[in-house]
Amino acid sequence: MTARDRTREPETPVAASGQDPASETPVAASGQGRTPEGRSGTPMLDVRDLRVTYRNGERAVPAVRGVSFTLDRGQTLGVAGESGSGKSTMALGLLRLLAPSAQVSGEVLFEGEDLLTTRWARLRAVRWSAASVVFQGAMSALNPVRTIGEQICEPILLHEKVGQRAARRRAAELLDSVGVPSRRSGSYPHEFSGGQRQRIMIAMSLACRPDLIIADEPTTALDVMVQAQVLELLGELVRESGIGVIMISHDLSVLSHMCERLAVMYAGRIAEIGPSRQLIAEPRHPYTRALGRAFPTIGDPASRLAPAGLPGDPPTPPELARLSEGRGCAFEPRCSEAVAACRTETVELWPSGPRREAACLRVLEGSGT
Amino acid sequence: MTAATHAPAAVEVPRHHAFGRFCRAYAKRPAGLAGLGLLVAFGVLALASPLFIGDDQLNVIKVDGPQLSPPVDGYPLGTDQAGRSVLLLVIWGARESLSIGIIATALTVVLGSAVGLLAGHYQGRVGQGLMHVTDWFIALPSLPLAISLSAVLGQGAASITIAIAVTSWTATARLVRAQTLAVEARPFIERARALGAGNTQIMIRHVLPNVMPLILVSSTLTVASAILSEATLTFLGLGDPTSVTWGSMLQAAFAGGAVTAGAWWYLIPPGIAILIVVLGFTLVGRAVEHVLNPRMVGR
Amino acid sequence: MKPVLEVRDLMVTYPPRRGAAPARAVDGVNLQVRRGEIVALVGESGCGKSTLARALVGLVKPTGGQVLGDGEPLGYSAAALKAYRRHTQLVLQDPGGALNPRQNVFDAVAEGPRLHGLTDRLGERVHAALARAGLRPPEEFAGRFPHEMSGGQQQRVVIAGALALDPSVIVADEPVASLDASVRGEILKLILELRDSLGLSALVVSHDLGLAWNIADRVAVMYLGRIVETGTVEEVLLRPKHPYTRALLSVLPDSGERPVLLTGEPPDPAAVPGGCRFHPRCPLRAAEQDTLCDSRDLPVLTGDPSRSSLAACHLVH
Repeated sequence: MTARDRTREPETPVAASGQDPASETPVAASGQGRTPEGRSGTPMLDVRDLRVTYRNGERAVPAVRGVSFTLDRGQTLGVAGESGSGKSTMALGLLRLLAPSAQVSGEVLFEGEDLLTTRWARLRAVRWSAASVVFQGAMSALNPVRTIGEQICEPILLHEKVGQRAARRRAAELLDSVGVPSRRSGSYPHEFSGGQRQRIMIAMSLACRPDLIIADEPTTALDVMVQAQVLELLGELVRESGIGVIMISHDLSVLSHMCERLAVMYAGRIAEIGPSRQLIAEPRHPYTRALGRAFPTIGDPASRLAPAGLPGDPPTPPELARLSEGRGCAFEPRCSEAVAACRTETVELWPSGPRREAACLRVLEGSGT
Repeated sequence: MTAATHAPAAVEVPRHHAFGRFCRAYAKRPAGLAGLGLLVAFGVLALASPLFIGDDQLNVIKVDGPQLSPPVDGYPLGTDQAGRSVLLLVIWGARESLSIGIIATALTVVLGSAVGLLAGHYQGRVGQGLMHVTDWFIALPSLPLAISLSAVLGQGAASITIAIAVTSWTATARLVRAQTLAVEARPFIERARALGAGNTQIMIRHVLPNVMPLILVSSTLTVASAILSEATLTFLGLGDPTSVTWGSMLQAAFAGGAVTAGAWWYLIPPGIAILIVVLGFTLVGRAVEHVLNPRMVGR
Repeated sequence: MKPVLEVRDLMVTYPPRRGAAPARAVDGVNLQVRRGEIVALVGESGCGKSTLARALVGLVKPTGGQVLGDGEPLGYSAAALKAYRRHTQLVLQDPGGALNPRQNVFDAVAEGPRLHGLTDRLGERVHAALARAGLRPPEEFAGRFPHEMSGGQQQRVVIAGALALDPSVIVADEPVASLDASVRGEILKLILELRDSLGLSALVVSHDLGLAWNIADRVAVMYLGRIVETGTVEEVLLRPKHPYTRALLSVLPDSGERPVLLTGEPPDPAAVPGGCRFHPRCPLRAAEQDTLCDSRDLPVLTGDPSRSSLAACHLVH
């Protein structure tokens, strides 16, 4: 899987200049944290101040309110958050896979090319062959009246100059590689179990040998055992092929084991981002802390007969719209450590340690000492 | 305890609230308002017509206007071959056309909803039996059935109403059954059962309110088609020849040679009246559908 | 003292579909929930745990065995079922779906009392139930409609609806599976609080072993229609005996163990293997090549809570 004979359009001047993001926005100021040592040049994916707003008649609901991060080949980034945190909108917005009512702004530089401004034809090519998506709910994402073999061949035939036979051979290889016997490529989606369907989805996403996979809740609705199998498979693929992965999930513990880096989203923004292990072991943002405690470790006496939750609810769409206009921390109403300043100060992602950032005023206090 | 005093208010307020919300949402739909306006105008005219239309304007013996005259002063839409004002006939005809349409619809909706609800709720033999009956009625060709029914029951408004109801309840029944099946599969039905609700309570309290919007929408559309059916059946000569309806006007115009005489003023007004009322009900139906369907709210 | 809820040798068999064998969804289960106790029933989807939960509240009629409430066998006449439902209440997984979208909170909670003729001081009863479920002040919530509330609040309304009948035990089928992580803990806390304040017992059905660790006193692990291991939470989750329980625990991200991935076909209740029903996927049997597992059926676990943990396995004793 080394042949990458795709032609790419020349890099846009913006990206080619390799300008220092530190001068752009405070959020991007920690670029030092996000570029791993030993690597130079532009990262594979550079997201800058991504914003997605849903227009619903008169109302505007900001679902993603300024998200910036970078991802290199072979890196895995987990995006955690609860429903309504904007994590799926953010991920699908990267490839402009959102409803027409969504307004997307910011920059999504993929190999230096801004996917938000590129032509549709070009974007379609990128969607399969360079960056592909594993959707949640494999049953609805697969066409029920076509065999899975046909469905895997389709993007190959569409994006690569190969014949039917070569495409079919590739489809068979892909199925075998995800642990679905290739002799079953003539079967229809409903003939497979949930876990197998999710594997088929993964095989499909790999059909055109992408550099980036966006996996939107790939294991939700699967049993623990099947989930473990699918995660194992994904992990193997990443290790072997050096594909970059953005994995979205509500389950912090799954993400922390799959991904080397973790971004925790709350109310359309990144609350905390950094290496997974550190984020779980020493969360700096109160929300990360609460989310981590919500998934108990069996054997941990602290959580025995003591479920941990977080009072209150995440902001509703109208509250989100209000938040975007004013100052203050979106998490403040639910935060047990909130102080008066949390309501009045503008909160941004601040460096909270080596290669990590947190959007909490407390981080600033901590860095002073 | 304050709770007890608050309770009745808590029960009452939301219902008003829901109705008020419905009205406000409906008011935002111009097409729905236009349709409602058309219907109200026709309804008021039809109800008020006895105040200004008397026997001497309708009785072919008593009228004294020019025969089959194009629009002139005093007869803005011309006259028929007996010398009656076409305008007054159209207004008078609205009475029976609208009442046949509405009564036939009421019968259709009640019968269709009951059968659909029962067939959807009792999915065993009862449901299957009911659906067999429904299928049997669907297979019957509606126009010949209506013709033979009128032949059996005699000409007149009653037989036309029954003929329309008998041939159109099946569509409502199938629609309601499908929706009932969908509602029955939802968890709140299971919750109601676990709370101790019986079949009747589940059907009345949980299924019916959730099927009601669909019934409302389909009934507005049924009214439209019932009025058309009434016109068709009367035009074919199955109505009461002495009563004035839009269908009977068309039939009389046709039989009286209005087409060959080029008497467009005699043919077009009842046709347009049918069109406007059908349009009015359709617009209202679509608006109601939009307002009541939660997935369409805000679109 | 008699357990508040008990099943004895319970069987639920669904009629065959298109030539297949009948599905033995629940295939011999003994289980007790004692007063003030929270029991977690865990297993993968298709293991029969939801069917068992529905049989416990009388929504599914067992094809064999008995359900006992306070030691009294449950009858299946309409009147007997209705009486039983004041004793045992059900809380469903998806609170959004479990509430009628056209009923406001007051009516949703008042439904149970109204059905059972408890209309005397209904407002007081409903408000008390709302307050107990953590919706305070109740007046503020009574007029709301389900879609105007968050998932956590909706689940509290469902719980309040159950509490309004003053049940002695709640059967909760995946009560937090569709809720957000932060809300999940709040709902679990509520179940614990209700146990402490009202002495409410609960059987919580879940696929999540962490949930059992969070709130349960005892846990029963179900596989293909039977309970394969049962005991106190500490015994079963910290010192699992049955290879299936061990495998389930090992695949948890935080287990720290090498995950034991079970292979083979997903279990099918229409084709229960002979011998030990777990043998086709069992890692232990593969290692030992024991013929006992393939041929000899295992007895149904007694489900006696006073004994230490029990495991239905030939190789563990």
